[in-house]
Amino acid sequence: MRIVKALAVALSLSFASPVLAAEAPPPPDARFGFAGLFGTFDRGALQRGFQVYKEVCSACHSMRLLSYRNLLDIGLTDEQVRAIAAEYQITDGPNEDGEMFERPGRLSDRFRRPFPNEQAARVANNGAYPVDLSVITKARAGGANYIHALLTGYVDPPAGVEVMPGMNYNAWFAGNQIAMPNVLNPGQLEFADGTEATVEQMSRDVTTFLAWAAEPEMERRRQMGVKVLIFLAILGGLVYATKRKVWADVKH
Amino acid sequence: MAIGLHDSSFKNPVVRWVDQRLPVFTMIQKEYGTFPTPRNFNYFWNFGALAMINLMIMIATGVFLAMHYTAHVDHAFESVERIMRDVHFGWLIRYAHMNGAHLFFAVVFIHIWRGMYYGSYKAPRELLWILGVIIFLLMMATAFMGYVLPWGQMSFWGATVITNLFSAIPLIGPEIVTYLWGGFSVDNPTLNRFFSLHFLLPFVITGVVFLHVAALHITGSNNPLGIEPKGPQDTLPFHPYYTAKDSVGIVVYLAVFAFLIFFMPNYLGHADNYIPANPLVTPAHIVPEWYFLPFYAILRAVPDKLGGVILMFGAIAVLFVLPWLDTSKVRSMRFRPIARIAFLLWTVNFMVLTWVGAKPAEGHYVLIAQIGTMIYFAYFLVVLPALGRLERPLPLPESIARAVLGPKAQLGGGPVPGAATAQPMEKA
Repeated sequence: MRIVKALAVALSLSFASPVLAAEAPPPPDARFGFAGLFGTFDRGALQRGFQVYKEVCSACHSMRLLSYRNLLDIGLTDEQVRAIAAEYQITDGPNEDGEMFERPGRLSDRFRRPFPNEQAARVANNGAYPVDLSVITKARAGGANYIHALLTGYVDPPAGVEVMPGMNYNAWFAGNQIAMPNVLNPGQLEFADGTEATVEQMSRDVTTFLAWAAEPEMERRRQMGVKVLIFLAILGGLVYATKRKVWADVKH
Repeated sequence: MAIGLHDSSFKNPVVRWVDQRLPVFTMIQKEYGTFPTPRNFNYFWNFGALAMINLMIMIATGVFLAMHYTAHVDHAFESVERIMRDVHFGWLIRYAHMNGAHLFFAVVFIHIWRGMYYGSYKAPRELLWILGVIIFLLMMATAFMGYVLPWGQMSFWGATVITNLFSAIPLIGPEIVTYLWGGFSVDNPTLNRFFSLHFLLPFVITGVVFLHVAALHITGSNNPLGIEPKGPQDTLPFHPYYTAKDSVGIVVYLAVFAFLIFFMPNYLGHADNYIPANPLVTPAHIVPEWYFLPFYAILRAVPDKLGGVILMFGAIAVLFVLPWLDTSKVRSMRFRPIARIAFLLWTVNFMVLTWVGAKPAEGHYVLIAQIGTMIYFAYFLVVLPALGRLERPLPLPESIARAVLGPKAQLGGGPVPGAATAQPMEKA
């Protein structure tokens, strides 16, 4: 039976016209500071973005590839990160008595998941599964621009469009009907640095945080890239000069 | 000189001692030092060396990746991300491997294109060419299985679609697919065997590359004029002339490679492969990597599964017999005015197939893919065989030296292998 199903899938994939959800338009360029070839992550935005994730997104979305120790890279101090980790109760064990037990989180712990498994997440979210956000900007066409557009894309549906029960209208989601409700409202949280928590601000900050989470090596990568390209430019000049010299006595 | 020892010309006692017993130094000297090489190569002749270097980079990075990778459906995706995050320079190794695969195909496509344009497949280099096509096939298999390993959505669904192609084989097809999978769907056994084969095949490629190079060193290289060197005045020793020229290409290649790795590492990939594989959710578009797109377009051009599969494999298989389909004795397209235009159109058509392969198989795209497929095969099966008889080629130059140095030049001068730069190894 499974083979028949697989065959049917492969056949329809290869040869029939795929049944596609209505495609959303490409998201506008949000001009993030980290987007350019030499861009870096703004540390303030990263810390505010983490706050948005912690206070809003993490109610439903896991980031299972991140550990609390990773937060040391966004400019938080050792004490701050330890305090953040300790806010969470992590299931550990088994202990000597064979029992699982709870303890405060440590730097080495992965971000605690809001739900123990996918089924629990679906039950709590009307059947929808809030995706893991660890690499979300790498996992969506349009990357950070798309995430920002999506978070700020909750608008009233155009006339004549009927939104299915339990769904929400979003201008940038493929098919426009998304299970996730709008979660960003002006002033819903207070940033530690006093920045005004507008929807635009919160969305930009959390998107910056998610982009960093997906590519924590990005800044180091670009720095190394500049050095490597400078090295290769000099080496290229030397090699080309050598080649000219070697070939100088030969007509070719 | 004791009996049984190789007669070595090296003076350094250690080198000489080794060389008399195992003449590796003489061999290197002969094949990469004084090896007579046509003096008129252009930069297209860099791409063989580039492919060799690319293969070595792939094996080196791949071995380190394999030390950290876990071939299990529950851990593969996470282990790749762990390499990216927690292994020292893991991101560099993984991005180098990933973009190295893209670059490998780019380099090999240009290498093959050069062989087709300058007629490098013609006698006496038919076997050299066939070995190259075998390498290309092995590369495609290796790349396909490597793409499955991160166990993202495209990994899983790409594997499902491509392995299912074998089910088109009459009678035994479904049976074969079950054996490929190691079960009744793409699952953990599939991932495990793909990892095993992905580790094995590069060494098979290395073996065939060795044969490819060995065959090259029997026939010698072709050149942009497509005429054989007639004597020392037509050639240069490989070192230092072509070691220097290849080095220029290598640095440019490394710069392109570095730019991809450090500044746009995911540009050539597909976002869906950062979503963990989910057998219950089919992606809206299942698109192979760009280097498979022309063949994917041919596969989908036919509204019949078996027909599409036959045509797709036929698109590669036709390359094996290319030396006999091209009936012209003239190698280089420089001297074949009509074939040259036909081949350049074929090249444009290949790019159109690449483009249309990424589009959904519906509407006009199907028609474009069908026309593109016909042009692809028509070039090999109709145009080339016919042009060999109908086309009047331009007059060939008398020799490479005549063409390079001009008709009035005195021949016989210039560096001669074995004279001017006789023993570069010993200078060191």
